[in-house]
Amino acid sequence: MEKRRLSNLILIAGVLSVFALTPTAFGLSDAYRGNIYQVGTLKPIDSVLRVKAGNHAPDFTLPSVSGEKVSLSHYRGKKNVVLSFVPAAWTPVCSDQWPGYNIAKDIFNRYDAILLGMTVDNIPTLFAWTNQMGQLWFPVLSDFWPHGAVANRYGVLRSNGVSERALFVIDNAGIIRYIDVHDINKRPPLEDLMGALEKLKK
Amino acid sequence: MKTILIPFAVAVLLLSILVFPALAANKPPEKGEGLPVINLPVPKNPDEKNYLGLSGSGLFKIPQIKAKAAIVEIFSMYCPYCQKDAPGVNELYRLIENDSNIKNKIKLIGIGAGNSPYEVEVFKKTYDVPFPLFPDKDFEIHKACGEVRTPYYMVVKMNEDGTHQIVHTQLGDYPGAEKFLELVLNVSGLK
Repeated sequence: MEKRRLSNLILIAGVLSVFALTPTAFGLSDAYRGNIYQVGTLKPIDSVLRVKAGNHAPDFTLPSVSGEKVSLSHYRGKKNVVLSFVPAAWTPVCSDQWPGYNIAKDIFNRYDAILLGMTVDNIPTLFAWTNQMGQLWFPVLSDFWPHGAVANRYGVLRSNGVSERALFVIDNAGIIRYIDVHDINKRPPLEDLMGALEKLKK
Repeated sequence: MKTILIPFAVAVLLLSILVFPALAANKPPEKGEGLPVINLPVPKNPDEKNYLGLSGSGLFKIPQIKAKAAIVEIFSMYCPYCQKDAPGVNELYRLIENDSNIKNKIKLIGIGAGNSPYEVEVFKKTYDVPFPLFPDKDFEIHKACGEVRTPYYMVVKMNEDGTHQIVHTQLGDYPGAEKFLELVLNVSGLK
């Protein structure tokens, strides 16, 4: 009897802790009302990095939502670069990431950094999705074809064909200085990224 | 076996209770109800502390704000509509503060769902928000509020007998400062 009570207690404790710890609300802005596809809780990381801090960042050229092609090498010697890979348009956490960066332009400027937003979605999808975020000040790039080639080159392409939620800080000499392959279910705190940019000044 | 499991179970329970005191509500707070349990830190900034009529340090609950009514906005720095509404909500603050008849009767606060203190500060600086904003980094308050979409506005009426009730809730659709103030005055009986 006592054993049964104990098992019940453990069960309740387990349920409570799962309930409390489960990644929660993202993509809740009313701007996306009815248009966010719930993906549930995913395996936090599902790829293996192919670059590391100190490496030269692999170059790439990708089409952007505004119509221009953007090459990483274009910024060499001119700007620090933040690559923000997000897994997919119209999903909860991703929809709640770039709008925050969109109001932090002055902080990126302070660190002489440009932000490049990237997903493996195609341009029309990215166009419709980013339109909900207001006017973005940074380029949004499509790594759609060859599918996820840039994500794969950096080692952040997951086994189901979307990218990780990953941030790369590349200095103006083209060297990777910071990598955060984040738990896909959570948004990276803005202060962590800004802390990495701050370190570029030292 | 039992001696191992009991401390484990107690530890897990304690973790749940201590770290996540506000359990999730299954629906947003509604008109006529009381607020869910929301504990906020007394602002360190003396101006903000003074604005809310609070003293000391530690935590406070919204009905302890020295006013007849409180407007609570659940927002996020990552929410495009919250960003769009921010100048209009600032204007609401100014309308209240510039009217001596209501200045000390209505107070305004914001709670940043899922926002760290740094992120709330970015929002505050970007939009020059003149009223107190509080971070809710782990979505604890947001869960207690039924995981409302943002921006979510609540008007809370504080009664003479120390009780309180929610007299208005609204998801988005911010109508502008003047219309919203008119609404607040009506629902809180201050007109």
